[in-house]
Amino acid sequence: SVNCKLKICVRKLSSTSGSYPLVCIVGGGPAGFYTAQHLLKSHPDIHVDIYERLPIPFGLVRFGVAPDHPEVKNVINTFTQTAQHKHCCFFGNVNIGRDVSVKELQEAYHAVVLSYGAEANRRLGIPGEDLLGVYSAKDFVGWYNGVPCNKDLQPDLSSDTAVILGQGNVALDVARMLLSPLDILKKTDVTQPSLEALAASHVHKVLIVGRRGPLQMACTIKELREMVNLPGTKPDMVTAEFEGIAEALKELPRPRKRLTELLLKAAQGSAGSAQATRQWGFRFLRSPVEIRPSSDVTRTAGIRLAVNRLEGSGENAQAVPTGEVEDLQCGLVINSIGYRSLPIDATVPFDPHKAVIPNTVGRVEQVAGLYCSGWVKRGPTGVIATTMNDSFDTARALLQDIEAGLLKLSTKKLGSKAIVTLLEKRGVNSVSFLEWEKINAEEVKRGGRAGKPREKLLDVEEMIKIAKT
Amino acid sequence: SSSSRPLSSDNKVTVNFINRDGTKLSVKGAIGDSLLDVVINQNLDIDGFGACEGTLACSTCHVILQEEVYNKLGPISDEEMDMLDLAYGLTDTSRLGCQICLTRSLEGITVRVPETAVDIRQPSDAGTTTSS
Ligand SMILES: Cc1cc2nc3c(=O)[nH]c(=O)nc-3n(C[C@H](O)[C@H](O)[C@H](O)COP(=O)(O)OP(=O)(O)OC[C@H]3O[C@@H](n4cnc5c(N)ncnc54)[C@H](O)[C@@H]3O)c2cc1C
Ligand code: FES
Repeated sequence: SVNCKLKICVRKLSSTSGSYPLVCIVGGGPAGFYTAQHLLKSHPDIHVDIYERLPIPFGLVRFGVAPDHPEVKNVINTFTQTAQHKHCCFFGNVNIGRDVSVKELQEAYHAVVLSYGAEANRRLGIPGEDLLGVYSAKDFVGWYNGVPCNKDLQPDLSSDTAVILGQGNVALDVARMLLSPLDILKKTDVTQPSLEALAASHVHKVLIVGRRGPLQMACTIKELREMVNLPGTKPDMVTAEFEGIAEALKELPRPRKRLTELLLKAAQGSAGSAQATRQWGFRFLRSPVEIRPSSDVTRTAGIRLAVNRLEGSGENAQAVPTGEVEDLQCGLVINSIGYRSLPIDATVPFDPHKAVIPNTVGRVEQVAGLYCSGWVKRGPTGVIATTMNDSFDTARALLQDIEAGLLKLSTKKLGSKAIVTLLEKRGVNSVSFLEWEKINAEEVKRGGRAGKPREKLLDVEEMIKIAKT
Repeated sequence: SSSSRPLSSDNKVTVNFINRDGTKLSVKGAIGDSLLDVVINQNLDIDGFGACEGTLACSTCHVILQEEVYNKLGPISDEEMDMLDLAYGLTDTSRLGCQICLTRSLEGITVRVPETAVDIRQPSDAGTTTSS
């Protein structure tokens, strides 16, 4: 792109006058952009390049955050300012680990920050997990949010009951998408094929299952309140599961207390609308043991849950099976027990148990000049603000290392010039931020016709075609 | 810089921010503006402040008020409380800066923007789990 070529020229000139830090970031999600933002703000000469696998920036802000949470996506405005900073360059459609190795990045830059998120879903590890009608939350979310590789998911929405395993915010996003009135959804950036499939959905009851109790529920109160206030729905809970909860309220810290109070209100049947045609509810102290097939063994007909009791109390209470089981009938199961990071490259340390890159405040253990931020650093929990703070922490650590002379700035590095040469040699067509803005404009134009904020492009080839026109 | 009372024609009040690192920033803000508007209009350098641009979707505009000021401000919406519950270092006099609008009676208030760096952060993300 013109923009970035121009920047490369500027670099060529200034590189004769001494060395400034050249940093690159792997992953163009919130962690990548917030790390870049803090580096650029705090160091007048630093140059930051962001490599992103997709032709499209912003990671889970675009591909995770629910379509009916447009306010959350306002962070994109700040990310865009960062991308337009004169010392920042965005390279989309570059898959690090495949197109370029981490080692090659380390040779081209003084420091490399790994911010590539958590792209996998944790598996249940139970029989029936691969039956038709069982989906990971990651794929289901990817489907309604337009992740290119999930566009053909075609989830089966023909049964009346859905079971979601896991009770975090992602589970509640999925429940809301399954139960929201169409007139709400059609004004969002949900993809058109998903909107049509949801319009034809038969699902009118969603059960959200967790292995621990009401006091350990993982979602935040905003998401629970959205369920409570969802038009046309009412809660369906099991009163017995809330025994003793009211008594425990007094001892709780404020956030947990307010969350539990709202949950109790929903459980006591005082919430929801009278003309509700759709229902949602939590089921506590249940772990999935088997997804049961239909009689012709082709698809999901139900799920068998082990009944648990709690050992210990509070946030650290453990679920222990009682030996009892319970069967629920359902034709749709969504596994929302968590996202998971994957190792990127054999040269980068990875903790397979915690599924994170082992680090101390963002400094990758044992590897000078290598850093990490976001979900791959901390694990896949927390809101964008959590990711922002941890990314600022990583940026501060990197800046301290520059200050302390640990990054060998005297070593001449070629930065993106070296990488662009490699990409050209390997036939990789990178997409600049200006080119993304063409994709953006096209999406906004297509969405406008339907009264939506945008109609997302679903095909990488088409994105690149529009980017390069 | 003037210590005299503002004239009634002057539609501004003084706000003192104690930034995350303890430095004090004293600025004038227009009556009716939110504390977030003040931060933006005065171009105050407060790390990460106002990520969702005042739409009650982030809690990065968390400020801690003096008790008298907090009490003067009146009731808080459930939605603001919900986002506040996610804020680091939540206190009994915490508010979201994008929800506080300046009035004449707030002349001279001091608001503290809490630190969020890793060393003083609350130990756990309990209750903010996204997925499990
Ligand atoms: C379904 C869902 C809904 C959410 N909703 C909200 C919400 O409403 N509010 C809120 O505050 N938070 C929400 N979150 C949390 C928020 O999305 C995360 O905190 C944040 O996105 C984590 O940022 P990250 O940059 O670490 O990861 P990501 O956002 O995943 O970004 C990682 C980026 O790296 C790229 N990448 C991966 N591998 C490579 C590679 N090999 N080479 C180059 N690039 C690569 C990816 O394509 C991606 O763009 C939600 C999360 C999910 C999953
Ligand atoms: S700016 Fe996000 S809640 Fe105030």
